Amino acid sequence: MKYICAFIGLLFFYTPLPAQKYMTRMGQISFFSNTPIEDIEAINNEVSAIIDIENGNAVYEVPIKSFRFEKALMQQHFNEKYMESDRYPIAKFTGHLTNFNDIDFKKNGTYPAIMAGKLTLHGVTKFVQTKGTLTVQDSVLTTQCIFTLALKDYNIDIPKLVIKKIAKEIEVTVNCPLKKI
Amino acid sequence: MNLKIIYTFCFCLLFCFPFCLNLLAQEKGHTNSDLEKILNAGQKAKPELVTAAFETTRIINAHSIENTAKGVLDLKISHRFNRLDNGFSDWFGLDGATMRIGFDYGMTDWLQIGVGRSSYNKEYDGYLKAKILRQHKNGGSPISLSYVGGLSVHTLKPNNPAGTTYFFTNRLYFFNQLLICKKINRLLTVQLMPEHVHFNLVPTAAEPNDILALGIGGKIRISRRVALNLEYHYQLPDFKLNGSKNSVSIGADIETGGHVFQLHFTNSAGMTERTFIAQTADTWGDGGIRFGFNISRVFTIVKPKGFENTRNKIY
Repeated sequence: MKYICAFIGLLFFYTPLPAQKYMTRMGQISFFSNTPIEDIEAINNEVSAIIDIENGNAVYEVPIKSFRFEKALMQQHFNEKYMESDRYPIAKFTGHLTNFNDIDFKKNGTYPAIMAGKLTLHGVTKFVQTKGTLTVQDSVLTTQCIFTLALKDYNIDIPKLVIKKIAKEIEVTVNCPLKKI
Repeated sequence: MNLKIIYTFCFCLLFCFPFCLNLLAQEKGHTNSDLEKILNAGQKAKPELVTAAFETTRIINAHSIENTAKGVLDLKISHRFNRLDNGFSDWFGLDGATMRIGFDYGMTDWLQIGVGRSSYNKEYDGYLKAKILRQHKNGGSPISLSYVGGLSVHTLKPNNPAGTTYFFTNRLYFFNQLLICKKINRLLTVQLMPEHVHFNLVPTAAEPNDILALGIGGKIRISRRVALNLEYHYQLPDFKLNGSKNSVSIGADIETGGHVFQLHFTNSAGMTERTFIAQTADTWGDGGIRFGFNISRVFTIVKPKGFENTRNKIY
């Protein structure tokens, strides 16, 4: 009886830890197109991201209209003709930090990280997996990675007239510092 | 005694069940859809600027609501060929053309200035275009409003009667225009243009110096890369020059990244406001249709901030 009571008492005293989540609404994602004629890089500083370190689940949301180009006309064509931003305003990644068990979130340092999940872009959803790094610095987690994606996979077609100026495979750079919430 | 223990145990188990569930849930953490909810909690749809009402800064002849971006220079070369009904001997009008070469520049996000030279009447023109209201989604203004004002000077040799003086001011024309524009959806844009043109000198005393007109223009997107443009200028009957016809134009925009080609058919030979609004001589009905084009090439003169460390490069 005594033991049972003690056990139940313990259960009562057990206060679950609040879920460990990290979030940002000002993450950065840029992309880079490299061709022999022109290099194009566009930057987005309005990326929303959230990671739950208890299970490694992660969501990234990228407002397409927030990509900034050096050339204003290019930005207009990007939204209007290629990405159709009015129809597909947000690119979304929902996935999982597959090696979250290997990362010590309490200890500052840089850890290799593998992220896998579904990327929805231009109305097309594909499975993606990418290697990157995760840096723990006190209460800030910084996720960084570089991966390439093929425009064809996401039904983004480039007209023949500009086909030499836009790469078929685009390099995407993610750099998102997430704060503990 | 035994029973008592069992009862207590059962009671406790029942009581603790929700807590146990909680524990299990804690171990699992949040699902992705939960995370999405947290990410978007309290995020209201912000008023968002409506962009790309038109492809470029002109509909066909008239200004569109679009401005050249800040720090961007736009070189425009425009041609209006001769009348199509000149037939084969004139290569359906392509043997001759009136031309305008102009530069548009975005001073700020809301102010665009420009100058141009037309072969029609050997005319120089200058204008400014200022944004007053901008159409937004999710609140804000439902329409865009801009003002365009400018002047032009023709440099033809004077043919005034002997003994009279031809003043420089006789050569001047002025125009004021409001652009009221609404992008209705991604396929359709409509623009209304109340217009005023002032002639310092008109051919006869009976004709008014001030021409009033109402223009209407629009864009219909046909495919992702091609848009159809329409433009019509109606002159108020009591405020127009003798013999002047209303300008009607239809055209297509084709974008090639950096360039925008505008190909069109119009009954106006000139490309400045005073010529196409107030001095169109031909009509579609009598075969006075002209093929024409505007080619636009943009140059970034002042780079926007925040791109200092990027890899943008043209080889």
